[in-house]
Amino acid sequence: MTSKSPLKIAIASGKGGTGKTLLSTNLAAYLSQFEPTLLVDLDVEEPNDALFINAPLLSTANQHKMIPVWNEQECILCGKCARVCKFHAVVQLGRTISVFNQLCHSCYACSELCPTNALPIQTHKMGETRFFEKGNLSFIESRLVVGEEQAVPLINKTHSIAQQKYNHIKTHLLDCPPGTSCPVVAATKDTHYVILVTEPTPFGLNDLALAVETMRQLGKDFGVVINREGHGNSSVKEYCQREQIPVIASIPFQREIAELYSTGQLVYSTIPAVRQALEQIALVIKEKGAKR
Amino acid sequence: MKIAFTAVGTTWDSQIDSRFGRTEFIVILNEETQQLEVIDNSAVKNEAHGAGTATAQKMYELKPDVLITGNGPGDTAATALKNLNMKIFVDAHNLTLEQAYNSYKNGSLKQL
Repeated sequence: MTSKSPLKIAIASGKGGTGKTLLSTNLAAYLSQFEPTLLVDLDVEEPNDALFINAPLLSTANQHKMIPVWNEQECILCGKCARVCKFHAVVQLGRTISVFNQLCHSCYACSELCPTNALPIQTHKMGETRFFEKGNLSFIESRLVVGEEQAVPLINKTHSIAQQKYNHIKTHLLDCPPGTSCPVVAATKDTHYVILVTEPTPFGLNDLALAVETMRQLGKDFGVVINREGHGNSSVKEYCQREQIPVIASIPFQREIAELYSTGQLVYSTIPAVRQALEQIALVIKEKGAKR
Repeated sequence: MKIAFTAVGTTWDSQIDSRFGRTEFIVILNEETQQLEVIDNSAVKNEAHGAGTATAQKMYELKPDVLITGNGPGDTAATALKNLNMKIFVDAHNLTLEQAYNSYKNGSLKQL
């Protein structure tokens, strides 16, 4: 990667509800005061950054995945397609070939190997991407169609849109899905730094340790932000110290933050402690950008 | 009648496997001959996805008249099984194949 390409910062967490959205939206708005910033909501199963980024919608684009469709007239029921499908998305049920779209990984094997071309590939809508713009802040979110099971193809597609369309913006913030499974791996792929948001509770610690393990396996550079500091216990801090993981900022446990958040407002301009945390994170981001 | 059971073992006193797609074995009782046929389904363990449709495809090949299982097929497997003319009885986990068969015979198993 050349130094001209955007610096990509992922905001992830093991546990859900630790404050990824709070941090992503406030950090994006804060950074955009100083320079053009892109925020990407990659939590395609339940994107919600748009609730806080009060920006006008510029456009919407349908996103498709490629799915084979059975042509009964051409089919000779040889069963090759069902045998080759690693995901059992194509199965032979008696004298019928059934395609289960939700299991299909768009590998084309069945279609390519079909001797009579009875499984032509067609487009299948999996989701939508929305584009927003306000001042220096560009914001895109992708949303899966209800019933679609696979987040990864849409996350990958959104990555490449951000790469192609917003290459001129130097800082990309990627709000990731929770957990440690495929969607998170896809969302943090090709990012330069991962911010793991956690909370100082036993649940927070348990899932943080899983996320840390994942990031280490992926060879990621990462740091921790502790949200709701002041309640729970000190076990997350002790863990980070023991594991030599930098805690790059903390956001205090304050009723006012929750109140503002619950009405869809950004909090950094009203809550000094949040602004301070963002300033610290911005410094780390700057450092990471300079080091590349 | 051919009666299929999802089973954790291969004999008449094995337990019913509560899972459909990921059942260890499919055991088939031929009521006319009283013979048991055992199909090893354990290879499905290595599959991250599609266990339900894979096992459903096996059912189309085996064509039993009745399936006796535990939790019942999941949504995808149920869709796949829709066109197979097979009665499905569920909630037989915690029973052996023999007990489940007797329950089926005296009408105390729940039919889907």
